[in-house]
Amino acid sequence: MSTPRSLRRGRPELYSDYAADQALWNTSAKRWSTIALLLIALSLPWFLNRDHLTLATYVVVYAISGIGLNIVSGFAGQISLGHAIFMGFGAYTAALLGGSPSTTAFGTVRGYELDLLIWLPMAGLVPALIGWLFAPLAARVRGLYLAILTLGLLFVGEHFLKESAWLTGGAGLGRKPASPTVLGFDLYARRTVLGTELSQIGVFYLFALLVLVVLAVLGRNLTRTRQGRAFSAIRDRDIAAEVMGVPLLRTKRLAFTLSSFYAGIGGALYTIAVGGLTPERWNLQLSIDFLAVVLIGGVATISGPIIGAAFVVLMPRFIETFAGSIPFISATVGGTGIMNVFEFQRLLFGVMIILFLVLEPRGLFGVWIRVRNYFKAWPFSY
Amino acid sequence: VEILLPSLVRGAGIGSTYALLAVSFVVIYRATEVVNFAQPALMILGAYFTSVFVVSLELPFAVGVLAAMVVMAAIGAVTERVAMRPLVGQPVFSAAMVTVGVFIVLTMVASRLIGPEILTVGHPWGVEQVQVGGFRFAQVDFAKVFIALGAIALVGLLLGRSRIGLAMRATSLDQETALAQGVNVGRMFSISWALSAALAALAGMLIATSAGGIAAISALVALKALPVIILGGLDSIKGSVVAGLIIGVAESLTASYQASYAPWLGANFEVVVPYVILIVSLMIRPYGLYGTPEVQRV
Repeated sequence: MSTPRSLRRGRPELYSDYAADQALWNTSAKRWSTIALLLIALSLPWFLNRDHLTLATYVVVYAISGIGLNIVSGFAGQISLGHAIFMGFGAYTAALLGGSPSTTAFGTVRGYELDLLIWLPMAGLVPALIGWLFAPLAARVRGLYLAILTLGLLFVGEHFLKESAWLTGGAGLGRKPASPTVLGFDLYARRTVLGTELSQIGVFYLFALLVLVVLAVLGRNLTRTRQGRAFSAIRDRDIAAEVMGVPLLRTKRLAFTLSSFYAGIGGALYTIAVGGLTPERWNLQLSIDFLAVVLIGGVATISGPIIGAAFVVLMPRFIETFAGSIPFISATVGGTGIMNVFEFQRLLFGVMIILFLVLEPRGLFGVWIRVRNYFKAWPFSY
Repeated sequence: VEILLPSLVRGAGIGSTYALLAVSFVVIYRATEVVNFAQPALMILGAYFTSVFVVSLELPFAVGVLAAMVVMAAIGAVTERVAMRPLVGQPVFSAAMVTVGVFIVLTMVASRLIGPEILTVGHPWGVEQVQVGGFRFAQVDFAKVFIALGAIALVGLLLGRSRIGLAMRATSLDQETALAQGVNVGRMFSISWALSAALAALAGMLIATSAGGIAAISALVALKALPVIILGGLDSIKGSVVAGLIIGVAESLTASYQASYAPWLGANFEVVVPYVILIVSLMIRPYGLYGTPEVQRV
């Protein structure tokens, strides 16, 4: 039963049924802004140069993994410091199935040169399986204990990757990533689309964007289902949720499995954008980067990690570009000045996490909500 | 036996350093219920200041170490006041994440100060060895055990016998009730952080006694205190000592024997042994050997 058009005119937020209230696009402003943003994102390969497109691709793959971390840590409230290792598992599943064999100082590195249609789903499913197996352990502990447990998993996993030279090429050496070929069609090659020749990364960016859109819509839909509400119930009070009939183990397991799936896909695509992968890449620092994606973007939202990913990926480059104009920063390592630009990036990164947690715990998404509410209520202050 | 005894002593040496680090975590946890992820950075800064005072300024070793501990105590107290105090009453998770932010900032400061160099603390034990009953042990391992356990005993006395210790224990039981009884809760937080940072500095010095010194990057060694506090119990000093020794010995035994008995685990497996113990201990006894089981209310 939908409201007649004549009644809805001038009352964009009049809902007379739950379906309209819970719809993906419950306001028309949301619908148009989403479509506009998507069109802008789609048109980027025709305007940006290769360097900037690589950054845009990083944003997209960071967003995919960030949404994954937000499912388990934001929606379900299970803090994970081990997200990077699930990305690593995904990346290496992809490289094993889709990459080509090679030889390093540690011996032969295996690769089966399969199609993307096989390795991309597997890059999600294998970490998901590991997450599924790990979940019963994680369900036993909560809060900071869980953070420490996942930290332990991260270190053990990192050790495993460093020692498995047949898979990773060995510590410090690394290997080539999977080749993104769908049924003989290479997604990392120059292509002429709409009369313009796009760069390799431009073509791949479009594919990564497609994956992000699919996974983001899936994630957004998940949060509107019974399972999504069960996640929130567990985050807010797990005992109360259990009393209300939410099966704790099953729900936490689902959260970990889904989150690892997203992490794996993100990790696999990330390695292709980078062009190589070493076992040291999947460390604590990467995990912290993703916590920052979620915290700066917005906890328990889908658009939050996308904003956060843009922020975390673009901010260092932004600083690098303008380093010359900041007086006490030197642009190169070992230059004069109090610190060099890379140190300043890390420093600012830590400061940003602190500032957001202290001043705006809802992240950039929260800033947007405030701005929106201000204009919605204008000229009144509430 | 020729391998076993020296590994045991080496393990006890490493283990007591871990125990000291673990106690520095426990002190903050008991006061604020936050696991302080910034501890590795405090440790490496402590090692840096020890190095400055002893090697560059050529102060006597003991004086230099104490001076470094005082400096770090001040840094710890300032950090608490600036970064942690605004978060009183916020969820524990937020506070823990802020310590991650503090970790990033302080690590950056430390690596800027230290640069690519290797830190040495100019300790008096050198590489000399002691002969006991036909076995040779490194002198520095005994020094580690005595200094670490001595410092922990002092902290235990401070918490258990002194007025400040009583106030700190009251704060950890219930902050509001402590406030109502006239305890200056804010000052207790500062003291906890200062004490913890000083202990971390001492531990940093002990870690830096390893042959060849340490680089800025080895700050992450301090995270091995996390398995220790989980195994021992987050709020127990006794647990930290026992678990620290267990984990140190396990690590050094693995280093001696794993290569010949379980080579399939890969080289340097001892580096991750603490984390394997961590995972197992969380499976069997989540609140640790001596920790207080968490009471859950709906």
